[in-house]
Amino acid sequence: MFRRLPDRQGDLVTFTFDGTPLTALMGDTVAAALLAAGVTRFRTTPVSGAERGPYCMMGVCFECLVSINGRGNRQACLTTVEEGMQVETQHGAATYSTEISA
Amino acid sequence: MSVHPVSAVSDLEEIYDLLVVGAGPAGLSAATAAAECGLSVLLCDDNGSPGGQIYRGITEASAATKSRLGKDYAAGEGIVTRFLASSASYAARASVWSIAPHEPETGEASGLEAGVSLAGAARLIRARRAILATGALERPFPIPGWTLPGVMTAGSAQIAMKTAGLVPSGRTVIAGTGPLLYLLASQLIGAGASVIAVIDTTPNGNKRRALAHAIDFVRSAYGLKGARLLAQVHRHVRVIRNVTALEAAGNGGLSEVVVTHRGGTERLPTDLLLLHQGIVPNLNLSLASGCASGWNERQATFTPTVDEWCQTSMPDIGIAGDAGGIIGAEGSALHGTLAGLAAAWRLGRLSERERDERAAPVRAILRSALRGRPFIDELFRPSDDFRIPANPETIVCRCEEVTAGAIRATMPLGVRGPNQMKAYLRCGMGPCQGRLCGLTVTEIIAQERGVAPGEVGYYNVRTPIKPVTLKELAALPQSDSAIKAVAGIVEKPVSANHPQSHV
Amino acid sequence: MTDRDVLVVGGGLLGASIAWGLARLGLRVVVLDEGDTAFRAARANFGLVWVQGKGLGKLEYSNWTQASAALWPSLSDELKRETGIDPGFSQPGGFSIRLTELELQRGVDAMNTLQGQPNIARYPYEILNHRETKARLPAIGPTVAGSIYSPLDGHANPLRLYRAFHAALHKMGAAYLPDHRVERISHQDGAFTVEGPWGTMSAGRIVLAAGIGNTRLAPMVGLNVPLVPSRGQIIVTEKTMPFLHHPVGNIRQVDEGGVIIGESKEATMDHHRPRTPVTAVLADRAMRMFPIIGELNVVRIWAAFRIITPDGFPIYEQSRTCRGAFAVACHSGVTLAANHAFTIAGHIAQGEIPASLSTFSSERFDVSAAA
Repeated sequence: MFRRLPDRQGDLVTFTFDGTPLTALMGDTVAAALLAAGVTRFRTTPVSGAERGPYCMMGVCFECLVSINGRGNRQACLTTVEEGMQVETQHGAATYSTEISA
Repeated sequence: MSVHPVSAVSDLEEIYDLLVVGAGPAGLSAATAAAECGLSVLLCDDNGSPGGQIYRGITEASAATKSRLGKDYAAGEGIVTRFLASSASYAARASVWSIAPHEPETGEASGLEAGVSLAGAARLIRARRAILATGALERPFPIPGWTLPGVMTAGSAQIAMKTAGLVPSGRTVIAGTGPLLYLLASQLIGAGASVIAVIDTTPNGNKRRALAHAIDFVRSAYGLKGARLLAQVHRHVRVIRNVTALEAAGNGGLSEVVVTHRGGTERLPTDLLLLHQGIVPNLNLSLASGCASGWNERQATFTPTVDEWCQTSMPDIGIAGDAGGIIGAEGSALHGTLAGLAAAWRLGRLSERERDERAAPVRAILRSALRGRPFIDELFRPSDDFRIPANPETIVCRCEEVTAGAIRATMPLGVRGPNQMKAYLRCGMGPCQGRLCGLTVTEIIAQERGVAPGEVGYYNVRTPIKPVTLKELAALPQSDSAIKAVAGIVEKPVSANHPQSHV
Repeated sequence: MTDRDVLVVGGGLLGASIAWGLARLGLRVVVLDEGDTAFRAARANFGLVWVQGKGLGKLEYSNWTQASAALWPSLSDELKRETGIDPGFSQPGGFSIRLTELELQRGVDAMNTLQGQPNIARYPYEILNHRETKARLPAIGPTVAGSIYSPLDGHANPLRLYRAFHAALHKMGAAYLPDHRVERISHQDGAFTVEGPWGTMSAGRIVLAAGIGNTRLAPMVGLNVPLVPSRGQIIVTEKTMPFLHHPVGNIRQVDEGGVIIGESKEATMDHHRPRTPVTAVLADRAMRMFPIIGELNVVRIWAAFRIITPDGFPIYEQSRTCRGAFAVACHSGVTLAANHAFTIAGHIAQGEIPASLSTFSSERFDVSAAA
């Protein structure tokens, strides 16, 4: 859905989305990095399970919530991607730990 | 001199003369003007670099980016440079989640207390005054399917381009109204995006009302720019006008845009739909801080009540730029300077005469900068159809998935305003805290009641207006009286293990 | 005044529950309420249907509370049937979590004193140490001393309950009049006339359920509703996966997924602005109870006023001088909703608060004032 302009260059950062390794440019937000990699569906809603993706890219709509390094409900558009970051689709309400969510 | 960067809450001072929230043109100019008058200033901003949304990424922008985005974008450089040379403290990626009068348990109440979060930690700081320069956000555009992945705001596409050099790669449709619509279309076309249509939802009747202000507009900077943009977009893209209905369709993601116009209903296979129908003040911080506001019919939004020195109804709080009513980037920068001067005056650093002398040339430019504004407000005022959804299936509150139909169906219970509606349906209770549904809910209720939105009112907005974790709040200073209020007893006096406490 | 039997002043949870109770008994009810920004205890209601620990110093209150908890299933069923709105009631048993040994001991002492009162209807409860608590609430933190558990405790969704009452009222044709703040009440020839900027309205009976407004209105009809200031602060988090399946006295995960925290009492009615030291204590204690919630974003913090009489117990009373005028005032509007909808509404419909409830007359405050 988005492509990177050829004049945009920089150091590469590797991260994963749902376990798949992806590359981003240093300084990208997680949302921009995922859009650049062709990811448009970031989460499902806790109310109806509907799929959602980024809408405003400026931190006001809270649609781009993903899980980052095990912490749910992170705003992908306000978080800078980092080397080795583990980003995951957020399914419904955020989870924070698997041991006691049973 | 140059700004003092703050990268952790522990680097913050206990108290500042002035807290400025937002590093767009208004906040940067306010902070610069105040710091140049000798105030100790802290500027807090969500983003990693100064510029706000309009000048997003300006400090890192390449020559190619600047040329792609044009002269208006590059204008941000001067404002940022002047700020970076000031003595202000600058906290990037810092969110201000509350501002309230500082009321210690003992002693005199004075000034403000602000909750600031930075790098995963929260801190309460004090400020003698604050200027809220929280800017604007895009007006809600509640059409069927606007929650589908693949439907984004026009502003989001600009941000993606400014910060990451991203441009749409598939079939792109831009829909709505407002000056940004054609600007974005022209920028995207210039960057090689495949814009298959611009759907212009500007109501026909607006032109007549706007004409009253046309002379000012033609004489303004907007006039020529606007005409050039229109011509350029028309050369490259199909423009659909006289639109009566718009819908985003798809299963789990956008696949087509359904548009009804004079010629009938068309289905346009689309990968990305960019919506825009103007911007409205970002109200949450001012409302949560207790600043009074009122309905602004021409801009079809609530705007905070501010006087000519940017003063709100709260004694120590000023508002600058679009956060106080949409005035555009150039106007915001000038307005910010006035707010900064006013703060210096109120804190005794400038005499009234000095303030007025410094403000006079700023005001003169501001007047000319705002000359075309009434024309723009009238011409691009979005139609009722796209502000107040008639289709009962249309989602109004995206977070809690409350539809226009549910809101209307709840009216017979005797609902008078959005707060009662919120109690009944949870609209506005999600993480966006009503930013994307507040105006729509108010306007639906107003329409159903047959009264003006100002009579209906807006959500009571609560702190924290930015995400802050429970853990961060738990680490804030406690007091014996607070512990007693919660636990009933104080087992270990707080003073022993909470040296930070303001008891 | 031929088309209405009773005016209910106040359309909050208390007024709505009584109005609905009256309407279902066939009375023609008019509810007069304030507007969109009325103070509403229901908006800050915790949603507990809570029995344990209540009634210390007044065993009738313990029995009264137990009676309401016992009526709650039929209230829930009837509202669901009538409106299709599920008030979210369940009674899985509730915990009072105690962070320290001292807190636990204080809780145990209070329960012993409470249940040692003669003639009290005793109910089951358990004192659990850390290990026993952890076995039932796996998410508790390592420093929790223990808990008190009672199987009678439950919870509901206060906002859906509130909406269900109003939807049921609407369905029965009762009139709900918002923006009808009552400024004055007069009593003449057996009729009560209420008055406000909106006009006047009369009926043969009147029920004052106006929360803190009752203090002002009650004397106009020979009643007395003394209240003491009590401010409570609430923290609500974003939604998270279910981790807490029982109500806890100060923390509850609502059925929509958010966590609601609140246990503060401050003797002030200053304003609705939360106080940050109280927020910090609430958050700190909640996290020590359930460390998992520390990572949750907070969505809303606010303060509201409780309806608290000087001894903390409700007032249900008919005026001696103006027969047909009733005052009701209490906190715990969710716990007591079933009593209000069924029992109190029944008494008001009959025209008499029975002697068995005379302990809840405001005259108890006259006595203490004289003593």
